[in-house]
Amino acid sequence: MNAPTVPTKPDPSYFASEQTVRWCPGCGDYAILKGIQRALAERARPREDTVFVSGIGCSSRLPYYLATYGFHTIHGRAPAVATGMKIANPDLDIWVVTGDGDGLSIGGNHMLHALRRDIDLNILLFNNEIYGLTKGQLSPTSRLGTRSPTSPGGSSERPVSAVRFALGAGGRFVARALDVQQDRLPEILVRAANHPGASFVELLQNCSVYNDGAFSFLTDREAGPRQRLHVRHGEPLRYGADGEFGLRLDARTMKLEAVEVGPGGCSEEEILVHDEHNPALAGLLATIGPPDFPLPLGVIYCDPAAPASRPVGKAAQPAIRTTDEELTAMLASEGTYQLT
Amino acid sequence: MGSESGGVRERTRVAVGVVRFAGDSGDGIQLMGSRFTQAAAERGYDLATVPDYPAEIRAPSGTTFGVSSFQIRFGGDAIRNPGDLADTLVAMNPAALKVHLDGVREGGTVILNTGSFNEKNLKRAGLESDPREDGTLKGYRLVALDIGKQTLDAVSGLGLSRKNAARCRNMYALGLVLWMYGAGIEPARAWLEERFGAGTPVGRANLRALEAGHAFGETAELAAGAPVYDIHPAELTPGLYRTITGGEALAFGLVVGAHKVGRPLFFGSYPITPASPVLHRLAALRDNPDVTVFQAEDEIAAISSCIGASYAGCLSGTSTSGPGMALKTEALSLACAAELPLVVIDCQRSGPSTGLPTKSEQTDLMYAVWGRPGEAPLPILAPKSPSDCFDTVVEATRIAVRFMTPVIVLADGYLVNASEPWLLPNVADIAAVPAKLHTDPEGFQPFMRDEALARPWAIPGTPGLEHRIGGLERDADTGEVSYDPENHQRMSDLRAEKVARVADALPAQKVEVGPPSGKLAVISWGSTYGVVREAVEELRTEGEEVSQIHLRALHPLPRGLGELLAGFDRVVVAELNSGHLRALLRAEFLVDVEGLNQINGMPFLVRDVKAGIRGRLM
Ligand SMILES: Cc1ncc(C[n+]2csc(CCOP(=O)(O)OP(=O)(O)O)c2C)c(N)n1
Ligand code: SF4
Ligand SMILES: [Mg+2]
Repeated sequence: MNAPTVPTKPDPSYFASEQTVRWCPGCGDYAILKGIQRALAERARPREDTVFVSGIGCSSRLPYYLATYGFHTIHGRAPAVATGMKIANPDLDIWVVTGDGDGLSIGGNHMLHALRRDIDLNILLFNNEIYGLTKGQLSPTSRLGTRSPTSPGGSSERPVSAVRFALGAGGRFVARALDVQQDRLPEILVRAANHPGASFVELLQNCSVYNDGAFSFLTDREAGPRQRLHVRHGEPLRYGADGEFGLRLDARTMKLEAVEVGPGGCSEEEILVHDEHNPALAGLLATIGPPDFPLPLGVIYCDPAAPASRPVGKAAQPAIRTTDEELTAMLASEGTYQLT
Repeated sequence: MGSESGGVRERTRVAVGVVRFAGDSGDGIQLMGSRFTQAAAERGYDLATVPDYPAEIRAPSGTTFGVSSFQIRFGGDAIRNPGDLADTLVAMNPAALKVHLDGVREGGTVILNTGSFNEKNLKRAGLESDPREDGTLKGYRLVALDIGKQTLDAVSGLGLSRKNAARCRNMYALGLVLWMYGAGIEPARAWLEERFGAGTPVGRANLRALEAGHAFGETAELAAGAPVYDIHPAELTPGLYRTITGGEALAFGLVVGAHKVGRPLFFGSYPITPASPVLHRLAALRDNPDVTVFQAEDEIAAISSCIGASYAGCLSGTSTSGPGMALKTEALSLACAAELPLVVIDCQRSGPSTGLPTKSEQTDLMYAVWGRPGEAPLPILAPKSPSDCFDTVVEATRIAVRFMTPVIVLADGYLVNASEPWLLPNVADIAAVPAKLHTDPEGFQPFMRDEALARPWAIPGTPGLEHRIGGLERDADTGEVSYDPENHQRMSDLRAEKVARVADALPAQKVEVGPPSGKLAVISWGSTYGVVREAVEELRTEGEEVSQIHLRALHPLPRGLGELLAGFDRVVVAELNSGHLRALLRAEFLVDVEGLNQINGMPFLVRDVKAGIRGRLM
């Protein structure tokens, strides 16, 4: 047996499996897959130590397309499967791939607890604001008014914000990224994976068949730059093609304000500087978005403290440690008596 | 051994004793029971115990629905069930008397705590008149004493509050009953010292109460009509023993089972009555470097975490009861599809829905066999006694690993809480069957199969074996996702055949009692073993031609069972459901199997089983 070791600078294709990818043409999942392969190449962890665990949905097919270990489980339960796997073997690099329906509807409970427990999983939630695989029904992230086979008159339910949910559940690394932004996506994924503890990345993903253009407000050549706020730790919260806009805090109302920067607008000093360690700022950034604000993208929150709990990893050891004698003693640990 | 504390009274020699303790949850009934059990066990008796408690944690005092009880049957004969009727009932209040008097044999002894027989408690128990005066107790031997007051007198001067002093009354009653059965207080004293510390006021008070109860009998203060007994110990194999509940044995079985297949144990579970004792017992093993216990957010997550851990190389186990089994269904199907080793312990309870959480039934059998969408066969075993829970689970772990399959162990609420003496096994004597982890990339395919049709266990971290599995149907040759109709037929057949071959790895079916053919066979499975066995043995001594066949494997059915059934004129399945095994046997063997069924949440009584069989012998 010759153990394949990972090349020093692996090509992203090193992490691609031989399976033909089966998403619809134009699906945002292709771009995310590419971003993941790049992130894996950059991290250069051995393929055999990497596991992709997914639920059910178009997005959850992703593990088949990677040359790592993969487990396509059942609808909504990937965080729970991955939790057991990570506790069993903390040396594994475990990624959870889920959708907006998979991770926030049927699997919302498991998502809550995976984040709360802060077990070191890299959770990628593909949010196309629709149920793709089952042909376009309303999802818990679908916007008000969304017309779908199950809401022909337009949805009257308010959507959940994935980022706010993750923060509320106690997520200690919460980020948002856009499928097509290949210049930014791999870096965010690498940071998520390097974060000790549970990391959560909402991936805005275009479903070209059932919800096409859901994120075109962000990708639009003209208007896009004014809608995207790329947040970066230590840098001012500015956006627009030339950074002509920014966010300011009104201390009396505790509200963010979208303002123009420069002559005629407000001064550069008044613009907030992103501090990804600050949970209060993360909370504010999680609430804003169109039409009055740009949508924050990037690492919104990252708690630099070590996770409170780590899997004890007893199950990871390659061989068992107890002896027959110790187990005999365990059986005899209470209320024994000798009969002659 | 004989009687150490004879007193002046002549003791009646009997082979077996049955004592039932009953009172409020606050009366310390379970403690009385467990301490009496330890004393009886240490005297060398064989024994069987069963508790019965309300679903409410602290039900209002004095009410009938708040009554908690504990029954022990012990003696020199082989004891395989806790007995139908008690010889002695300790009733700590009117409600306990009302609920349990029916469970005392004619002429039996009733020890009444008279201090609790006041108007308030009579009313709470829903009694119109005082049973001591209205003829209710006619035909019983009555020992009436104010246990509460006697206890207060005994512990006075120790500086306890009245409330804490009164709490010692269970020890007083225990002392008295121990004396009645010729047993000493040593084991209870040792336990009290360990529990409370030798010199502490609470420890001393409890000990005083215990001694006072014992002395009350010994100094012949006991009413003249009350019987005192002398029971010979059993002829048990010499060795080191302990008493064990099914809950403990299920937990230990997983630990030892995992050890014997050479894999660490991952146990993921969610609390539910009556399965929680298994979770608690395993959680207490936190210093064991091979055991990891995970309390999941629900039963779906519990079994899902197990699947993840099994995939990563652990032997996984989970425990639950009916409502939780329902939630585990889809993930259990995934374990069938992914062919991963996993032991699911179902501690059956009364349903439907929440049903009677603390009551026991065998109503999940059909669900275990057929209750998964799609063709998802898996092996099913059922333990027959508290200590057999250990052996059954060890067996289940072996099957899970050898065949790469989830296995269901059908225990029940009765078994989890019942106890019996257990001759401790030496773990070194239990055969080790180490799991083989696949490591060779040459020709590897995740769904290639060995001679048992098991697929390889190829865990993450192994270079060269990177592969993808999941719930989508897989190609039998490559393991890749396949929608091919022929392949699905082939994979369905392979999965069924693999599980069918489990029968080859298990012993062929034999009769338990009686000849292997004849007039009538009674079939039992699971926890009804002991009652059915006693019923059949008694009928045989009474001259009836009847045999018992007991099944441990319920799916696949044991080899030779069909032939065995064909040799009997009549076959009756005794089970605590509407006829699940009966239907399975009829379908499998086209035999006109009859049913003896009960669904009242209680174990069978020997007399009912006997009557049921007798009716069919006429
Ligand atoms: C228990 C269960 N219920 C329902 C389904 C059907 N189902 C499959 S995927 C899906 C929704 C997927 O939506 P999402 O998670 O947003 O993933 P997407 O396809 O959009 O990537 C549903 C309802 C299922 N497979 N299992
Ligand atoms: S349905 Fe939508 S999400 Fe699914 S593959 Fe097609 S484009 Fe992608
Ligand atoms: Mg979706």
